[in-house]
Amino acid sequence: MANTKKWFSLNLRNNKTANNDSCGCGKTSGGCGSSENLHHMSDVDFDAAVDASIADETPKDGFGQVFDVQMDRRSAFKKLTASLLIGAGAVSTSCSVIADDDAKEKAEIDWEEQFKGNYKLMTDDEKNATVDRLVRSYQIRTGKTISMSSKNAEEDVLFGYAFNISKCQGYMDCVNACIEENNQDRNSEMQYIRIHEMKDGKGLNFGEADDNYYHEVPAEGHFYMGTQCFHCDNPPCVEVCPVQATWREEDGLVVVDYDWCVGCRYCMAACPYDGRRFNWSKPEVPEKEVNHNQHYLGNRLRKKGVMEKCTFCVQRSRAGQNPACVEACPTGARIFGNLLDPESTIRWVLENKKVFRLKEDLGTEPKFWYFMD
Amino acid sequence: MGRLKVLKSLIKDSLDTITHGSKKYHIWMAVLTLTMLIGMYCYSIQLDEGLSVTGMSDRVSWGLYISNFTFLVGVAAAAVMLVMPTYVLKDIDFKQAVLIGEGLAVAALIMCLAFVIADMGGPSVLWHMIPGIGVFNFPNSMLTWDVLVLNGYLFLNISIPFYILFKHYQGKDANPKIYIPGAILSVFWAVGIHLVTAFLYQGLQAKPFWNTALLGPRFLASAFAAGPALIILILAIIRTFTAFKVEDKTIKKIALVVTVAAQINLIMLISELFKEFYAPTHHSESAYYLYFGLDGKTALLPWIWTAITLNVLATVILTFHKLRNNLKVLYFACFILFIAIWIEKGFGLIVPGFIPGPYGKIAEYTPTGIEIGVTIGIWALGAFVFTILAKTAIGIETKKLRYKK
Repeated sequence: MANTKKWFSLNLRNNKTANNDSCGCGKTSGGCGSSENLHHMSDVDFDAAVDASIADETPKDGFGQVFDVQMDRRSAFKKLTASLLIGAGAVSTSCSVIADDDAKEKAEIDWEEQFKGNYKLMTDDEKNATVDRLVRSYQIRTGKTISMSSKNAEEDVLFGYAFNISKCQGYMDCVNACIEENNQDRNSEMQYIRIHEMKDGKGLNFGEADDNYYHEVPAEGHFYMGTQCFHCDNPPCVEVCPVQATWREEDGLVVVDYDWCVGCRYCMAACPYDGRRFNWSKPEVPEKEVNHNQHYLGNRLRKKGVMEKCTFCVQRSRAGQNPACVEACPTGARIFGNLLDPESTIRWVLENKKVFRLKEDLGTEPKFWYFMD
Repeated sequence: MGRLKVLKSLIKDSLDTITHGSKKYHIWMAVLTLTMLIGMYCYSIQLDEGLSVTGMSDRVSWGLYISNFTFLVGVAAAAVMLVMPTYVLKDIDFKQAVLIGEGLAVAALIMCLAFVIADMGGPSVLWHMIPGIGVFNFPNSMLTWDVLVLNGYLFLNISIPFYILFKHYQGKDANPKIYIPGAILSVFWAVGIHLVTAFLYQGLQAKPFWNTALLGPRFLASAFAAGPALIILILAIIRTFTAFKVEDKTIKKIALVVTVAAQINLIMLISELFKEFYAPTHHSESAYYLYFGLDGKTALLPWIWTAITLNVLATVILTFHKLRNNLKVLYFACFILFIAIWIEKGFGLIVPGFIPGPYGKIAEYTPTGIEIGVTIGIWALGAFVFTILAKTAIGIETKKLRYKK
């Protein structure tokens, strides 16, 4: 389904739509004359509708809330099973020696995480230790295992990126792929990449461009240009950070230690390219959508009140893969590679195309070039 | 050991002084306490939900908190305008005003720090910023400079008046050889805190609205207008409600400081307006937004034009000797000047820096109720701290509070 979409949508509201569909007139209970809707429903939807109708009735207190509710046999069984499970869980937690250890271990991990140092200054052993703690903490909390890497920059690697303005059609597959790959907050619909829709004949006029369009693309008489963090070689954001929570890695990636960031947002004010995003509230990613292949400096789950940004998908690029946006682009407008490798495509582009960068007068030396066919 | 005993007695006496007073005093303190509590409640919501309860966003990422912080650094710096004539130029007229000025500086600095902390996304990891324990990005980040100078200035402004009051409390004279070097240092330091705060913004190539060499000097001029203006108002209140004697001569002398600073500030404003609008470039868009609105977005228009009107009016009133020497008119002029500069150097400076965004996107900023609640709470905290400091200082200076052997 995602492949057939011609324009951007986050695809987050599926659940809500299902609930709203329960009735044509908008009421969730009672007859409204559109009951044939109900007959077409799947069992799951039916359950959801029944639950909704129960919840919508006039409030009852205490005993009545629990026992005095209409329900069919199936949902009654479901609820009984659920409560039994919860009860059994509670009993096992309170009696089990292992669970107690888990709680103890979690508290210990939280303590060590709260008072650990800056990742930038850690030795490899310390990096591994914090990654292990984070993996274990996630396991204790959710019962799921993630893989988190602390892989350092490789030698003789300098990552660079090129964007073909002629090819981009504004499909925003890159944006979708980026969100899924990097576990970005679904509530605030955070996006690292912005696609600017520009009018033909106006040049690169960002002022009149639209970076938040919701219509079929490519739109007549428009062209598209993507921006994200440009991983400057002389990044102003790094200079201004009061605690060195953001820095330039050896392979040119500008990264953030989410656990060291104090959330002052000075880097955001210093970035001339709108490359940084802030977690204004607790970021939410539905458990089944979490990308479990993570890197400490990349797509691991963030907390509220910290800065984040595009890392050229450090979890992929350091493993020899292209970033998610490059892989997702259906038009081949995005090119990524090692600038120090003379055989790489990015080098070919830089040597054979008329490339340019944005706001070069600021002296930031972005490693993100634009070109046209 | 003797000193410790005196200190214990001083703390006991000052606690006694600040908990006793007229009915008006008690009502004043009760209102402040209530406001602080409301502010704390608002802040607890912010801690719980995150900064999403404020009007700030990825587009406009600094708002009311940082605006007030910037303004209050200026108020704190302005204490120097009273210290300099008293201790350095030996003009005794200001001596009574100096303790009040330094108390004001302490209160303003506490508010500054409170605003910075309120603006932080992660106050629980603020220790990352403490030199030695955390990682201090000095000297690269101007914010680390600001942390140093603000805390240093806070120390100076606590220690100098404390030393003087401590001596006076025992009925002794303070030794000028001890406090004058500190006073002279604090003169330079005050210029430093405001210049460094200006550099915080001035050094960002990403924000053309701030990236101007005039920003630092303009900060100083407006601070030396708004700060002493506030001191005049406070002295007027103290004169009316306490036994503390403040001569007309003192107030008139401070008024002269305000006048000169307001005039210089206005000249710089004209220079700035000329540069932005005579030959407007792409970089003038923020100024256009501030003064005329962009794309039909005009949220700041009423504010900035109010500020400019008040600013010009106050400067004109202050310029005429006859008007300035009439204390009632002077108080009015000081009040409107203070409001004007609060707007102009608060959100009139910070918010347009983000509008339009790096790629020309115009998204406006409106503070939320919670944000305003926290802000008012912090102002109440400042007023509370100042009242306590001033009441003790006045008690000692009017010889009511004395160490009994």
